Order: sequence, then C-alpha cells, then structure tokens
Amino acid sequence: MNAFEYASPTTKEQAVKLLGNSWTEAEVLAGGTDLLSLMKDHIVEPKRLVNIKSIKELGGIAGTAKSGLRIGALVTIQELLDHPRMRKEYAALVQAAEGISSPQIRNMGTIGGDLCQRPRCWYYRAGFGLLGTQESGEPLVPNGDNRYHAILGNSGAALFVNPSSLAPALIAMNARVKIYGAKGQREVALEKFFTAPTTGSQREYDLQPNELVTEIIVPPLARAKSATYEVRQKEALDWPLTTASVVLTMTGNTVKAARIVLGHVAPTPWRSTEAEAAIVGKAVSEATAEAAGKAAVEKAKALSKNGYKIQLAKVAVKRAILLAAKGGTR
Amino acid sequence: MAEYKWPDADKRTQIGKRIARLDGAVKVSGKAKYNSDLNRPGMLHGKVLRSPHAHAKIISIDTSAAEQMPGVKAVHIINGVGFEIRWAGENIVAVAALDEPTAEDAIRAIKVQYEKLPHLVVDHDLKIAGEWATPTNESKKGDYEKGFAEAEVIHEGVYGMPVITHCCLEPHGSVTEWEDDNLLVHLSTQAVSGIAAQMATPMEIPAGKIRVKQDHIGGGFGSKFGPDAWDVAGAKLSKKAGGKPVRIFLERDAELMVAGTRPSHYAKVKIGAKKDGTLTAWQSESWGSGGPNGSGSPPLPYVIDIPNQSRKHVSIANHVGPSRAWRAPNHPQACFVTMSALEDLAAKLNMDPLEFVLKNKALLGTRKDNYADELMLAAEKIGWKKTWHPRGDKTPGPIKRGLGLSFHTWGGGGHASDCDLVIQPDGSVEVRMGTQDLGVGTRTALAIVAADTLALPLEAIKISIGDNRFPASGGSGGSTTIGGISASTRRASLDALDKIFEKAAPTLNAQPAELEAIGGKIQVKGDASRSLTWAQACAKLGAMPITVRGKNPGPGPLTSQGVGGVQMADVAVDIETGIVKINKIVAVQDCGLIINLKLTESQVYGALIMGVCWALYEEKINDQTTGKTLNANMEFYKLAGIGDIGQLEVHMMTGKGYDERGVIGIGEPPAVSPGAVISNAVANAIGVRVPGLPLTPDRVLAALETKGGR
Repeated sequence: MNAFEYASPTTKEQAVKLLGNSWTEAEVLAGGTDLLSLMKDHIVEPKRLVNIKSIKELGGIAGTAKSGLRIGALVTIQELLDHPRMRKEYAALVQAAEGISSPQIRNMGTIGGDLCQRPRCWYYRAGFGLLGTQESGEPLVPNGDNRYHAILGNSGAALFVNPSSLAPALIAMNARVKIYGAKGQREVALEKFFTAPTTGSQREYDLQPNELVTEIIVPPLARAKSATYEVRQKEALDWPLTTASVVLTMTGNTVKAARIVLGHVAPTPWRSTEAEAAIVGKAVSEATAEAAGKAAVEKAKALSKNGYKIQLAKVAVKRAILLAAKGGTR
Repeated sequence: MAEYKWPDADKRTQIGKRIARLDGAVKVSGKAKYNSDLNRPGMLHGKVLRSPHAHAKIISIDTSAAEQMPGVKAVHIINGVGFEIRWAGENIVAVAALDEPTAEDAIRAIKVQYEKLPHLVVDHDLKIAGEWATPTNESKKGDYEKGFAEAEVIHEGVYGMPVITHCCLEPHGSVTEWEDDNLLVHLSTQAVSGIAAQMATPMEIPAGKIRVKQDHIGGGFGSKFGPDAWDVAGAKLSKKAGGKPVRIFLERDAELMVAGTRPSHYAKVKIGAKKDGTLTAWQSESWGSGGPNGSGSPPLPYVIDIPNQSRKHVSIANHVGPSRAWRAPNHPQACFVTMSALEDLAAKLNMDPLEFVLKNKALLGTRKDNYADELMLAAEKIGWKKTWHPRGDKTPGPIKRGLGLSFHTWGGGGHASDCDLVIQPDGSVEVRMGTQDLGVGTRTALAIVAADTLALPLEAIKISIGDNRFPASGGSGGSTTIGGISASTRRASLDALDKIFEKAAPTLNAQPAELEAIGGKIQVKGDASRSLTWAQACAKLGAMPITVRGKNPGPGPLTSQGVGGVQMADVAVDIETGIVKINKIVAVQDCGLIINLKLTESQVYGALIMGVCWALYEEKINDQTTGKTLNANMEFYKLAGIGDIGQLEVHMMTGKGYDERGVIGIGEPPAVSPGAVISNAVANAIGVRVPGLPLTPDRVLAALETKGGR
C-alpha cells in the first residue's frame, strides 16, 4: 500500500472539499471492506483517503409508510436488516442484503459502499486495468476466463459484472440516489446512476471525483410484492452467479405493473423491460414466470465460458417472480 | 523382557477410547502459538519479489533502490541473472526490513528485466501440450483385446479433475535467527526432525548447528516437508542483518500460487463387462500436470484389479507452481476416474452399483471381505436400499436426489521413530520425541499410549515434541505418524515399566516378572494387597531419572499397513441452476487398532470436509494468456463453509479382524473417495455423468445439456 494522507471530516461540505478533481487524488472510505484490499494490491492508489464515517447526517433510516424511506449512505447492511419496517415492506431489499454472506461484511459494509464498490473481475483485480487489457491494449476477457463475466450489455469494452448486491433490489423499487458535490446537491434515479465505462480511467457510476453519495430514497412499497432470488453456489461467503429482484403491483393474482432487475449479469444492474412486459397483465404461474425469465435473456449473448449464466439468469427471474407472488417468504 | 504387543481389548484403559485432544483448550483460547504468530525480539519482516511471468529468463536485477531505502536491513537475491523462471510467482529477491510495509515497498523498488518465453499453464487438452508432454508409463496386464472381445457391454468415457492447492490456513514460512553461528528455525513444517539436514547444504553449516522448533501447525496436507527457498532466504537475510530474527510467511496469493498443488488428472477410459456384471477389461489413456515436474501416474484402475488391462499415462510439464504431495498422492485422481467409470458401466448394465461391485468382489484384493463388510454397513447407514434408484431421479420438480458409492485404500504403516521416555524419581513421566502434531492429536495419542502402558492417568504424562533436539521421528506424511510414534512409545513404556518392576520387586518380595502396573500402582499380578503406588515405586530409582529409548521399527506386531474404506453420498442437485448440495456422506473406514476413537473420527470428518471442497468448488484457475493464477485469493478459490458440508457420519471398523493388525495411519485414506462418491451421486441424481470436477453449475448444466433437455 502506498502512503496516503488521511482526512476525517465531520460535514459533507468539508468532505467534498477534500475530494479531488480527478479519481487518482482521493478515495472515499466508508466501511472499507474492499477499499483497503484494493489499496494493498495497488489497484487503486489514492493520495488521500477521506473517511466519511464521522459525518452524522449520512447515517440513519427515516420515513413513513406514506413517504417511503430515506436511507443514509452510511447505513450498514446489518442496520438495514435490523430495521423493523424492512422485512415487511421491502422484502426484495432484505433478501438481497441477506445474500451478503458474512456477518463481518454486513456489520462494516455500507449501503453507499455497496452501490459504489468496484468490480470483482479477476483481470481488474490482478492489475490489468478496469477493462482487463494487456499492455498492447488487447482485451483479456473475451479470450480469457470469463466464466463470471457479463452476458448482457456486453457489446462494449466493459465485460465485468456490477458487483452491487443491493442495487438490483433498489432499482426494482425505483429508488433514487442523492449526491452532494462541489456544485451542490443533485438527485438521480438509481437506474441511471450506473454506467458501463468505455475506457479504463472512467468509473462505473455517475459520480464526479468530488461528489459523494449521501442518501438513497426508496418510494413507499407497502402494497407491492417484492423478492430477490440469488443464484449462489455456496451457502458460505460467496458471490452471486446471478440475481434477480422483482417488484410486482398486483390485483389478485394478476400483475398490474412490474419492475424486474438482474444483478451480476451486466456491467450495470440490468433492468429487463422485456421480462416486465412478459409478466404484466398475466396471472403469476410457473409458466408465465418462466416466460418472463426467457424474455429477460432474449438479448443475452454468451462469452466463451459463461453461457451457463444465461440459464441462471432465466431461472433467477422466474424464481424471483414466484417468490414475490407468494409474498416474499420462501 | 517385555512382550511387545498391544494390550488385549479388556485390558485397555485409554487406548481406543474417545478422548478429547489435550491441546484443545490452548487452541480454542488462542494461547497456542503457531510459528506464524511469533514476534521475536527485534524481529525483521521479510518479503519476496516474485516473477510476474510464467516462463522467462532473468536479464538483469537492480536492487540498489531497495538497499538504500530507510528501514531496509538486508537484501538477498534468490534467483539471479540468467535464471530460467518456470512459473508465475517464482522467488527472485528477498528483502528484510523493520516492518512489513517497508519490506513491501522495497521489493516494489527492485527493477528486474525479463526475457519472456512461451508458456503453458493449462492442461485439460493434451493436444496443446506439445513438447511439454512426455509419455511416462505404459503397462499391460492379461490380454485387454481379448477382454474387450469377451465383454458384452462396453462403456467409454472421459473424466478429469483440475489442479488444486493445499490452501493451508497457516501459510508456509518461518522465523529464522542466528545465535552466534547456530541457526534457530521456527518453521511451519510436517517434519521437525528432517529439516536440519535439508537446510544444512544451502546454509553451508553443519546440520548439528540448526535447531528447528514448532509447537503447532495450521495445516500441511503434504506441502510442508522441507524448508522452502524463502526459508533459506530468511536465514540468509538474518545472517546479513547480524542474526536478527527474520519472519517470512507467505501472503495468501503466494500461498495459492507457489506453495504446492495436487496435479490434475484426465483420462479416456474404456471398460467392459459381461451382462451379469463380471468385469473383463480396462483401457485407459490418461494425462495430467503438476507444474514443471509434471504429474505422477495414478494407479488405474483403482483397487479393483480388472483381469485384462492396458494403461498409458502422459505427464505434462507446464508453467505453474510445482506440485507437492497432497493428502494421498495419486489416489484421489485414480479413484475418481475408476469409480466414475465403474458407476457409468453399472448404469449401462442396468445394475445397482452396489450389487455390481459385490459381484466383482474377487477383484478387490486381500481385503475383499473387509470391503464387502464396509459396503454393507455403509449401505445400511445411507439407506441405500430405500433411496437408491436407477439413474435419473424421476420425481417432479427441479431438485433431484441421488446416491453414489466409492472405495479406496492406503498404506499407512508406521515410520521410523525414536521415543525417549523419562521417569523421574518423584514419578513424573515425560515423552520426548522430535515429532510434530499436525493438528491430528499426536500429543494426545502419545499420552494415551504411555498412560495406558504405565497404568497412569493421561495428565500424568508430559508430552514434549516439536523440537529437533528430541529423539528423531519421521515426517508426518503417508499417514505414517500414528503407527510410528505409538509403536516407539509403547516399546519405550514397556521397557521403562520393566525397569520400574526391577526396582520395586525386592520391596514387594517378588520377581520383576511377577509384577504388573494397574490403576496407578505396581503390584504383584492379581494381588492388590502387595502393591506400591507409582510414586513409591519410582522413588526406588534413587536420585537420578531414567531415560528409556523406544524405537520403531522394533520387535513385536505393533504396526502394519494397508487399509480400506467405503464412502457413500446422498446429494441434491438443482437441475435448473446446476447447484449441488450434500445431504449426507457416510464413511466406513478401517485402520487397524485405533488409539483414540474420537480423534480418528475427527480425521475422517476433516477428510470429508476437504473432499466436499474439491468435489464441489476447488480449482486453481490459470490464465493461458497472462500465465497467471486468476483466483489466488479466498474469494474465488472457493472452499466450503459449514452450511455447505451436509451431514457427515463416520463409522470406524474395530475389534476382531482389525485390532490385531496393529496401529495404522488414517490421515489420507478417507480423503481419497469424496470426489468420486459425490460425482457418482450427482450422476445418479440427474441421469448423466458430469465428467469433470469440481461439480460447479457450469459443468453440471453442460452435462444436462448433453443429455438433452431438462
């Protein structure tokens, strides 16, 4: 790890001033569950670390059944799970959080950190740059070991998968993200927050180097049915192979509206309007859920070693829909 | 003269009982110090610069910037200009500094120029191995062509398993320091007594000046028999730094890249039988790799001696970190290939594999009756009759259940071992031995043998091991430890007892041969009224302790070799996701006379857990383009967690037919079958063989695809 300057501001205004104008200047430290590893491996080498854990206004969960929720960026995964309203009203988010499979990570990791964490692509993590390229510029992923890489949205240079566990559920819930920066405050739909970089120096989200995610706004969902289904090989500490989060607005057994978002299948969380269209207006059954799963992967394109993920994505969507319709309890 | 045999079953007070490990409390409380925990006074931290290339020649090395860095105390070039690197992660330069970050910075400041050479880091396809493939073994038995001509049903299949690592929880490494011209080595090792001789040559000092110490080890599995290049480098750095202790323990990525692997194994198999299941012929063409030294030649077909055989093996010498002995070298590979082929043939014959194996019982060698007993017992415990079904679970829904079986063998006779048993005039007893406790319960076993023999409680025996100043005892490999150390300790204890009998006899007005040790007393056989307490008897020694040396090999039938075991697995496979879950594994195992039933069973549990890991998850993933290991971390080098292991049931065969064979090792045999037994259960569940390990979703789904539809 390189030597770095450490700052611990107590307000977001101070924090933003400490962040740099380029990505190489500073990194934001929240839970630190991944950032420190990246620094030890020299994958990121910030000159300054801005610890935001002392900024009180970035914590806490507030809101009513009517207004929806405001979740501070520093809220830990475990705080999310422990909040009394979550389990009842936001099943998909709870199930996604439960999938983060170690108590240590759940206790330290924050919701803001989960959204902004860097890809797990093993070429990136081995020092071949965000897009995984040789010195010649030749991309490594297409002809390399891409068993965990993208099956959707993979026609560009970015072939990694977005690693966020919570983003698919939050996007399915139509969440918005509040951002504070040198130019003041702005708010974007979480769905628009994630981007697929085209060069290795870009980030995977719509943030400027001197901006900070401050909170996540989740609309009221008391009347919707939601679920997240995660396909993960191990019970213990493991990354999902693919996930699907769904939020269904239903009349009886018929779906009036749906939002379906897949995780770990594309460089960004992947909203599938095809799957949504396939299930809206239908009664939920094994057959209609399966058809929605099929629709979700219609545009999927396998790389050399990840064809199996198309099947997994299909099943995840099917099972998430069935789970949601059942009321979100397995 | 003592009769060197184990006590009869009715006379055993400690041997064969379930006894908790003596070092359990210090381990769970964190008091136990592993060598990687040591923080010696003035200790320096060493780091090793490693090659980023899998195959290259070193053109130049410039260490000047590192040497000038404040805090850097010594720099040592391990492999210099002109050296041919044959795997990514190969050692180049070692640095010792005041702290770890400085050492890390220093190795990053070293400039090395490489001439890159072509590399091969994959091994699944023999065709691309080219010049790096060498035929190593070709053998025939009987007339395999005639055997296949006689066969009425023939199965052909290709099976394979990748390179995996040992993944020791405590990485490889040492703390080395000099006291004048003597070297003190705190090494994480499986061979305390064997290190000095191996280290003497590279250090250019007499072995007698090298002291090796280790109280506890966090896993070895066959990968820690010698000092490694970084340990020698540590000692050299220490010398340069005026003898200060230097600590070099591998980082996790290096541990997974360079500290040993189990070779891969792939085989094209043809196997034939008559319609009634009688096996007639075997043909295999196999290949595998374990880095620059290639692979061994797994014994195919495994255990089952099919009358007509033709076997060829090709070894690929490729550019990945070299293999080392991995818990039962060659056996897991041979077992997986053989048991898979047998099960596939049984399916083609429409036979229950249990019946199929029993039908061919005559081919199971000298212990065929033991195997038959173990098969029947395992079948009962897993519910084979009730739950086994012909291939393909026909029940509705995506979750399919299946059963599989496998069997295995191993040697495990006791290694050479010297034991000093010291008895003090106050009755204190100490066992001194240059052995090591691999976490398997060696200390506890030594105490059990001495205590049972001397008729004392366990806590009366002090165990001193883990130091090469104690009498030499073999390395812990090949499951040879328990046979060796129990035999030498039994002999020492019996001889020591004779000496105590001699001293006590006059007081008891008896001949030494008329005495016995029972319940903490020395008494005239069968006459409790004529007795001395142990302390009273030992007081007759006068002022001086006695030290009695027991040896293995030695007189009497205390250890032998050759064991068998049967495993059966019950699995659930989600055919929509390809995810395999273990419901239950039953292991029935023999290993002669058991010293400690509880820790013997623990060894089997551990082997099954390790087996679930490599059956379902483990694979060292090497990237042909970059030559690097992509998953040299614990995120993507996957191991099972507690929720992944399923229910494990262990049954040890004991009593008549087993106990009289003497003590035989257990570490390796139960580690052989898990891959085979889980693969067979999966095939039974889903109706098609998944030809490769680990049984990951991609492989399972691909196999289902070949079957056509789900």
